[in-house]
Amino acid sequence: MKTKIFPIFLIFTFSIIFFVFYKGLQNTNVYTPAIKSEIEIPNFDTEEFFSKDKINSDQIFIGSDYYLLNIWASWCIPCKEEHKYLVDLSKKENIKIIGQNYKDNFDNAKNFLINLDNPYDLIFLDNDGTIAIEWGAYGVPETFLIQNNKIIKKIIGPLNEKLLFEIKELTQ
Amino acid sequence: MNVLKFLVSIIFLIYCFSSDLKAKNLEIEITKNLRCLICQGQSVYDSDSEFANSLKILVEKKLNEGLDENQIYVYLKDKYGDWILYDPGFSKNTYFLWLLPILMFIFGGAIILRKVILKKKKL
Repeated sequence: MKTKIFPIFLIFTFSIIFFVFYKGLQNTNVYTPAIKSEIEIPNFDTEEFFSKDKINSDQIFIGSDYYLLNIWASWCIPCKEEHKYLVDLSKKENIKIIGQNYKDNFDNAKNFLINLDNPYDLIFLDNDGTIAIEWGAYGVPETFLIQNNKIIKKIIGPLNEKLLFEIKELTQ
Repeated sequence: MNVLKFLVSIIFLIYCFSSDLKAKNLEIEITKNLRCLICQGQSVYDSDSEFANSLKILVEKKLNEGLDENQIYVYLKDKYGDWILYDPGFSKNTYFLWLLPILMFIFGGAIILRKVILKKKKL
Protein backbone atom coordinates (compact mmCIF):
# COMPACT_ATOMS: atom_id res chain seq x y z
CA MET A 1 0.00 0.00 0.00
CA LYS A 2 2.75 2.37 1.00
CA THR A 3 4.57 1.90 -2.30
CA LYS A 4 1.48 2.94 -4.25
CA ILE A 5 0.88 6.19 -2.38
CA PHE A 6 4.34 7.49 -3.16
CA PRO A 7 4.14 7.45 -7.02
CA ILE A 8 0.65 8.94 -6.91
CA PHE A 9 1.88 11.69 -4.60
CA LEU A 10 4.85 12.32 -6.89
CA ILE A 11 2.74 12.56 -10.04
CA PHE A 12 0.27 14.80 -8.27
CA THR A 13 3.00 17.16 -7.04
CA PHE A 14 4.70 17.38 -10.40
CA SER A 15 1.46 17.99 -12.26
CA ILE A 16 0.68 20.88 -9.91
CA ILE A 17 4.18 22.31 -10.44
CA PHE A 18 3.81 21.87 -14.20
CA PHE A 19 0.44 23.58 -14.18
CA VAL A 20 1.66 26.55 -12.13
CA PHE A 21 4.72 27.12 -14.31
CA TYR A 22 2.77 26.62 -17.51
CA LYS A 23 0.26 29.25 -16.40
CA GLY A 24 3.14 31.48 -15.40
CA LEU A 25 4.60 31.31 -18.89
CA GLN A 26 1.58 33.03 -20.34
CA ASN A 27 1.69 35.96 -17.95
CA THR A 28 3.55 39.00 -19.12
CA ASN A 29 6.43 39.64 -16.79
CA VAL A 30 6.78 43.31 -17.59
CA TYR A 31 5.52 45.27 -14.65
CA THR A 32 3.66 48.51 -15.03
CA PRO A 33 2.86 50.52 -11.91
CA ALA A 34 -0.74 50.24 -10.77
CA ILE A 35 -2.81 53.14 -12.02
CA LYS A 36 -3.93 54.83 -8.85
CA SER A 37 -6.25 57.70 -9.46
CA GLU A 38 -7.58 60.38 -7.14
CA ILE A 39 -4.11 61.08 -5.82
CA GLU A 40 -2.84 64.56 -5.06
CA ILE A 41 -0.57 66.16 -7.62
CA PRO A 42 3.03 66.77 -6.53
CA ASN A 43 4.46 70.17 -5.75
CA PHE A 44 7.61 71.21 -7.58
CA ASP A 45 9.62 74.17 -8.84
CA THR A 46 10.48 74.44 -12.51
CA GLU A 47 11.14 76.81 -15.40
CA GLU A 48 8.87 77.93 -18.19
CA PHE A 49 9.89 76.58 -21.61
CA PHE A 50 10.21 79.80 -23.67
CA SER A 51 10.95 82.51 -21.13
CA LYS A 52 12.88 80.32 -18.62
CA ASP A 53 11.00 82.08 -15.81
CA LYS A 54 10.85 80.22 -12.54
CA ILE A 55 7.41 78.84 -11.70
CA ASN A 56 5.92 76.65 -9.02
CA SER A 57 3.33 73.97 -9.77
CA ASP A 58 0.81 75.94 -7.67
CA GLN A 59 0.86 78.64 -10.34
CA ILE A 60 0.16 76.10 -13.10
CA PHE A 61 -2.70 74.01 -11.74
CA ILE A 62 -5.25 76.47 -10.40
CA GLY A 63 -8.86 75.98 -9.39
CA SER A 64 -11.31 73.42 -10.66
CA ASP A 65 -10.46 73.57 -14.37
CA TYR A 66 -9.45 70.45 -16.24
CA TYR A 67 -5.74 70.18 -16.94
CA LEU A 68 -4.10 67.66 -19.21
CA LEU A 69 -0.45 67.20 -18.35
CA ASN A 70 1.51 65.65 -21.18
CA ILE A 71 5.12 64.53 -20.70
CA TRP A 72 6.87 64.75 -24.07
CA ALA A 73 10.21 65.08 -25.80
CA SER A 74 11.21 65.78 -29.39
CA TRP A 75 13.36 62.62 -29.48
CA CYS A 76 10.40 60.42 -28.57
CA ILE A 77 8.78 58.80 -31.60
CA PRO A 78 5.40 57.89 -29.99
CA CYS A 79 5.10 61.55 -28.95
CA LYS A 80 4.99 62.50 -32.63
CA GLU A 81 2.21 60.01 -33.23
CA GLU A 82 0.04 61.22 -30.38
CA HIS A 83 0.61 64.89 -31.14
CA LYS A 84 -2.39 65.22 -33.47
CA TYR A 85 -4.71 64.13 -30.65
CA LEU A 86 -3.33 66.84 -28.40
CA VAL A 87 -3.86 69.41 -31.17
CA ASP A 88 -7.42 68.14 -31.45
CA LEU A 89 -7.95 68.46 -27.68
CA SER A 90 -6.50 71.97 -27.62
CA LYS A 91 -9.59 73.14 -29.55
CA LYS A 92 -11.71 72.22 -26.55
CA GLU A 93 -12.38 75.29 -24.40
CA ASN A 94 -12.65 73.76 -20.93
CA ILE A 95 -9.38 71.87 -20.90
CA LYS A 96 -5.92 73.34 -20.56
CA ILE A 97 -3.03 71.35 -21.97
CA ILE A 98 0.23 71.58 -20.07
CA GLY A 99 3.43 70.22 -21.57
CA GLN A 100 6.33 68.85 -19.61
CA ASN A 101 9.41 68.86 -21.82
CA TYR A 102 11.40 65.82 -20.68
CA LYS A 103 15.22 65.78 -21.02
CA ASP A 104 15.19 67.63 -24.30
CA ASN A 105 17.29 69.98 -26.37
CA PHE A 106 15.62 73.40 -26.60
CA ASP A 107 16.11 73.93 -30.36
CA ASN A 108 14.91 70.42 -31.22
CA ALA A 109 11.87 70.89 -29.03
CA LYS A 110 11.10 74.25 -30.61
CA ASN A 111 11.35 72.80 -34.11
CA PHE A 112 9.09 69.94 -33.05
CA LEU A 113 6.42 72.48 -32.06
CA ILE A 114 6.88 74.55 -35.23
CA ASN A 115 6.54 71.50 -37.46
CA LEU A 116 3.68 69.80 -35.67
CA ASP A 117 1.81 72.77 -34.15
CA ASN A 118 1.80 73.79 -30.51
CA PRO A 119 -1.25 72.53 -28.60
CA TYR A 120 0.13 73.50 -25.20
CA ASP A 121 -1.19 76.39 -23.12
CA LEU A 122 2.00 76.24 -21.13
CA ILE A 123 5.17 74.20 -21.26
CA PHE A 124 7.63 73.70 -18.43
CA LEU A 125 11.04 72.09 -18.36
CA ASP A 126 12.11 68.83 -16.77
CA ASN A 127 15.76 68.66 -17.73
CA ASP A 128 16.93 66.01 -15.29
CA GLY A 129 13.73 63.94 -15.31
CA THR A 130 13.12 64.22 -11.58
CA ILE A 131 9.74 65.94 -11.99
CA ALA A 132 8.54 62.93 -14.01
CA ILE A 133 9.37 60.76 -11.00
CA GLU A 134 7.39 63.12 -8.74
CA TRP A 135 4.43 62.34 -10.98
CA GLY A 136 5.09 58.62 -10.75
CA ALA A 137 5.88 58.42 -14.45
CA TYR A 138 8.71 56.33 -15.84
CA GLY A 139 8.84 57.06 -19.53
CA VAL A 140 7.60 59.26 -22.33
CA PRO A 141 4.90 59.88 -23.33
CA GLU A 142 2.67 59.86 -20.29
CA THR A 143 -0.49 61.87 -19.85
CA PHE A 144 -2.39 62.86 -16.71
CA LEU A 145 -5.87 64.34 -16.50
CA ILE A 146 -6.11 66.63 -13.50
CA GLN A 147 -8.97 68.36 -11.75
CA ASN A 148 -9.01 70.08 -8.35
CA ASN A 149 -5.34 69.19 -7.81
CA LYS A 150 -6.10 65.50 -8.16
CA ILE A 151 -5.10 63.09 -10.89
CA ILE A 152 -8.33 61.65 -12.26
CA LYS A 153 -6.82 59.66 -15.10
CA LYS A 154 -3.34 58.46 -15.93
CA ILE A 155 -2.33 57.24 -19.36
CA ILE A 156 0.96 55.41 -19.90
CA GLY A 157 2.09 55.51 -23.52
CA PRO A 158 0.73 57.44 -26.49
CA LEU A 159 -2.85 58.66 -26.86
CA ASN A 160 -5.16 57.08 -29.42
CA GLU A 161 -8.71 57.53 -30.78
CA LYS A 162 -10.25 55.57 -27.93
CA LEU A 163 -8.38 57.43 -25.18
CA LEU A 164 -9.16 60.75 -26.86
CA PHE A 165 -12.84 59.87 -26.73
CA GLU A 166 -12.52 58.86 -23.07
CA ILE A 167 -10.87 62.15 -22.16
CA LYS A 168 -13.62 64.06 -23.98
CA GLU A 169 -16.26 62.07 -22.09
CA LEU A 170 -14.60 62.73 -18.73
CA THR A 171 -14.36 66.46 -19.35
CA GLN A 172 -17.91 66.92 -20.61
CA MET B 1 60.38 63.29 8.57
CA ASN B 2 59.14 63.27 5.02
CA VAL B 3 57.39 59.99 5.63
CA LEU B 4 55.62 61.49 8.62
CA LYS B 5 54.47 64.50 6.60
CA PHE B 6 53.20 62.21 3.91
CA LEU B 7 51.28 60.10 6.40
CA VAL B 8 49.72 63.13 8.07
CA SER B 9 48.57 64.56 4.74
CA ILE B 10 47.08 61.17 3.74
CA ILE B 11 45.17 60.92 7.02
CA PHE B 12 43.98 64.50 6.59
CA LEU B 13 42.74 63.75 3.07
CA ILE B 14 40.95 60.57 4.19
CA TYR B 15 39.33 62.55 6.99
CA CYS B 16 38.15 65.20 4.52
CA PHE B 17 36.61 62.77 2.09
CA SER B 18 35.21 60.20 4.49
CA SER B 19 31.98 62.08 5.22
CA ASP B 20 31.42 62.63 1.52
CA LEU B 21 32.14 58.96 0.82
CA LYS B 22 29.64 57.84 3.42
CA ALA B 23 26.86 59.79 1.72
CA LYS B 24 27.86 58.37 -1.67
CA ASN B 25 27.86 54.83 -0.25
CA LEU B 26 24.36 55.23 1.12
CA GLU B 27 23.21 56.52 -2.25
CA ILE B 28 24.73 53.46 -3.96
CA GLU B 29 23.17 51.15 -1.40
CA ILE B 30 19.74 52.66 -1.98
CA THR B 31 19.95 52.60 -5.77
CA LYS B 32 21.09 48.97 -5.66
CA ASN B 33 17.88 48.09 -3.86
CA LEU B 34 15.72 49.85 -6.47
CA ARG B 35 14.47 47.99 -9.53
CA CYS B 36 14.65 49.82 -12.82
CA LEU B 37 11.19 49.83 -14.39
CA ILE B 38 12.46 50.29 -17.94
CA CYS B 39 15.03 47.51 -18.08
CA GLN B 40 13.46 45.12 -15.64
CA GLY B 41 15.90 42.72 -14.07
CA GLN B 42 18.49 45.42 -13.52
CA SER B 43 18.83 47.62 -10.51
CA VAL B 44 18.72 51.39 -10.84
CA TYR B 45 22.40 51.44 -9.88
CA ASP B 46 23.37 49.14 -12.77
CA SER B 47 21.07 50.65 -15.37
CA ASP B 48 21.83 53.58 -17.63
CA SER B 49 18.29 54.22 -18.85
CA GLU B 50 16.77 57.70 -18.70
CA PHE B 51 14.51 56.63 -15.86
CA ALA B 52 17.34 55.15 -13.80
CA ASN B 53 19.57 58.18 -14.29
CA SER B 54 16.79 60.50 -13.13
CA LEU B 55 16.13 58.29 -10.16
CA LYS B 56 19.80 58.44 -9.14
CA ILE B 57 19.63 62.24 -9.22
CA LEU B 58 16.41 62.17 -7.24
CA VAL B 59 17.84 59.88 -4.54
CA GLU B 60 20.82 62.20 -4.16
CA LYS B 61 18.47 65.21 -3.93
CA LYS B 62 16.29 63.54 -1.31
CA LEU B 63 19.33 62.57 0.76
CA ASN B 64 20.49 66.18 0.65
CA GLU B 65 17.04 67.25 1.79
CA GLY B 66 17.63 65.12 4.87
CA LEU B 67 15.44 62.11 4.17
CA ASP B 68 16.75 58.78 5.45
CA GLU B 69 16.85 55.47 3.57
CA ASN B 70 13.43 54.27 4.72
CA GLN B 71 11.71 57.55 3.96
CA ILE B 72 13.01 57.36 0.39
CA TYR B 73 11.71 53.80 0.05
CA VAL B 74 8.30 54.81 1.36
CA TYR B 75 8.25 57.79 -1.00
CA LEU B 76 9.03 55.65 -4.05
CA LYS B 77 6.77 52.79 -2.98
CA ASP B 78 3.91 55.25 -2.78
CA LYS B 79 4.55 56.26 -6.40
CA TYR B 80 5.48 52.98 -8.07
CA GLY B 81 4.34 50.20 -5.73
CA ASP B 82 6.23 47.41 -3.92
CA TRP B 83 7.78 46.20 -7.15
CA ILE B 84 10.35 48.98 -7.22
CA LEU B 85 12.05 47.55 -4.12
CA TYR B 86 14.24 44.46 -4.36
CA ASP B 87 13.79 43.96 -0.65
CA PRO B 88 10.10 44.56 0.01
CA GLY B 89 9.00 45.14 3.57
CA PHE B 90 6.60 43.00 5.55
CA SER B 91 3.05 43.80 4.42
CA LYS B 92 -0.20 42.02 3.69
CA ASN B 93 0.98 41.36 0.14
CA THR B 94 4.31 39.88 1.13
CA TYR B 95 3.70 38.01 4.40
CA PHE B 96 3.34 34.70 2.57
CA LEU B 97 6.67 35.28 0.85
CA TRP B 98 8.40 35.98 4.13
CA LEU B 99 6.73 33.23 6.16
CA LEU B 100 7.01 30.43 3.61
CA PRO B 101 10.65 29.53 4.39
CA ILE B 102 9.90 29.48 8.12
CA LEU B 103 6.86 27.27 7.55
CA MET B 104 8.91 24.90 5.40
CA PHE B 105 11.60 24.80 8.05
CA ILE B 106 9.10 23.95 10.78
CA PHE B 107 7.37 21.36 8.59
CA GLY B 108 10.66 19.70 7.66
CA GLY B 109 11.79 19.76 11.27
CA ALA B 110 8.56 18.08 12.34
CA ILE B 111 9.08 15.28 9.80
CA ILE B 112 12.65 14.67 10.98
CA LEU B 113 11.61 14.79 14.63
CA ARG B 114 8.85 12.25 14.01
CA LYS B 115 11.27 9.90 12.26
CA VAL B 116 13.79 10.16 15.07
CA ILE B 117 11.15 9.49 17.71
CA LEU B 118 9.78 6.51 15.78
CA LYS B 119 13.28 5.06 15.43
CA LYS B 120 13.91 5.43 19.15
CA LYS B 121 10.67 3.69 19.95
CA LYS B 122 11.61 0.77 17.70
CA LEU B 123 14.98 0.36 19.36
